[in-house]
Amino acid sequence: MERLDWSGLPHALPTLWSGMLITLQITVLAIVFGVVFGTLLAALRLSAVKPLVYFARMFVTIFRSFPLVLVLLWFFLLIPQLLQAVLRIPPTTDIRLVSAMVAFALFEAAYYAEIIRAGIQAVPRTQSGAALALGMTYLQAMRLVILPQAFRAMLPLLLTQAIVLFQDTSLVYVIGLADFFRSSTNIGDRDGTAVEMVLFSGLVYFVICGATSGMVKLLQKKGAR
Amino acid sequence: MSYHWNWGILLEPVSTGEPSTYLGWLLSGLFNTVAVSLAAWIIALAVGACMGILRTLPDRRLAAIGTAYVVVFRNIPLIVQFFIWYIVLPELLPKALGDWFKSLAPLMQFYSTSVLCLGLFTAARVCEQVRSGLNALPRGQKAAGLALGLTLAQVYRFILLPVGWRIIVPPITSEFLNIFKNSAVASTIGLLELSAQARQLVDFTAQPYESFIAVTLAYGLINLSVMYLMRWLEHKTSLPGYLGAK
Repeated sequence: MERLDWSGLPHALPTLWSGMLITLQITVLAIVFGVVFGTLLAALRLSAVKPLVYFARMFVTIFRSFPLVLVLLWFFLLIPQLLQAVLRIPPTTDIRLVSAMVAFALFEAAYYAEIIRAGIQAVPRTQSGAALALGMTYLQAMRLVILPQAFRAMLPLLLTQAIVLFQDTSLVYVIGLADFFRSSTNIGDRDGTAVEMVLFSGLVYFVICGATSGMVKLLQKKGAR
Repeated sequence: MSYHWNWGILLEPVSTGEPSTYLGWLLSGLFNTVAVSLAAWIIALAVGACMGILRTLPDRRLAAIGTAYVVVFRNIPLIVQFFIWYIVLPELLPKALGDWFKSLAPLMQFYSTSVLCLGLFTAARVCEQVRSGLNALPRGQKAAGLALGLTLAQVYRFILLPVGWRIIVPPITSEFLNIFKNSAVASTIGLLELSAQARQLVDFTAQPYESFIAVTLAYGLINLSVMYLMRWLEHKTSLPGYLGAK
């Protein structure tokens, strides 16, 4: 341990913080988009319209079958061309960040879709039966009766997935985006303090994720009572 | 978009002078992915089963060991764990041991680090499945075993584990699929597995789509094989009367 040199750490903090902001940006965007699009996918999957069911199932299966690293690389390859062709985002935008955001948003939607589907299916069937009998449409029954109960029950799972997602954002390393972890290793490579920087970033992730999952556990206990 | 498709490139010899084709590179990547994942899976099962059993024991201190293991390994991102094993550990070990590791052939370093890291990471997830499998067994079984005069070890050995391991086969399947996917992170420390080969193929052939599609198909092949294998195993091991059994 005495071989470690922590003197460079205070200097590194501003860079690490801006890296952390990138990490948080991707995390928040992926959670919001993932839950919204995931709910939509789950609703499609449980609907009675066959083509929609197939689409949702295919989307989820494809994204869940391949490593996140590969998905990130794919989007890093595809996005620049899509940007020019479709999205018309100004050329000054950071392609890496946009690629990562799109990749994470879609990837997480697939994972959230499965959690939400299970949550919806756990709501007793009589609930939707009663709602429909009261004259509600499928959408009304979903929005007013099923989803509120489902989301309450699966909140701990959704949060746990958010913690996993927060950790997974570190994989943007493979497309060279300077998130928290990549910033750490960049500084480590530059100053010859790779060991210290890797240890420090591991500690930061550990504290954040450990504290958050502890809170989720508390929430779970409260909900179970 | 005017992309020039050229699938033939995969069969051409590589430009580095090695006696291989680009398809050969791809296959060696596939081999590394499968080899590392399978070796790591053995560690994951062994360590995960031990930790999972620890977590269900009445002795608080032993259970705490299992809990601490899971907390540590689940709250640090996999890529950071790879870097810790590969970069940090050799520096923190006694100097002779660290130097010995660094004197190994690079391939050996990549392999051993990847297998160890991936194995211990997955063990934490296996541990949770083992624990919930054992906890899912009716409480009366353990009590009945103890009442009959069996020791706690005998209760586990003859009553809980023979049933418990069959319950956890389905959730373990998804961990087995995950270990292949997670092995892609090993590319970040330099192991030339499938996803690393994807990038190398792009760099050398300048045919990104062919390279990526080929690698994606290879992952698909792994997925299908694993699912086929595990479906067979699930069928073989399913317990009549339990959830999911036919």
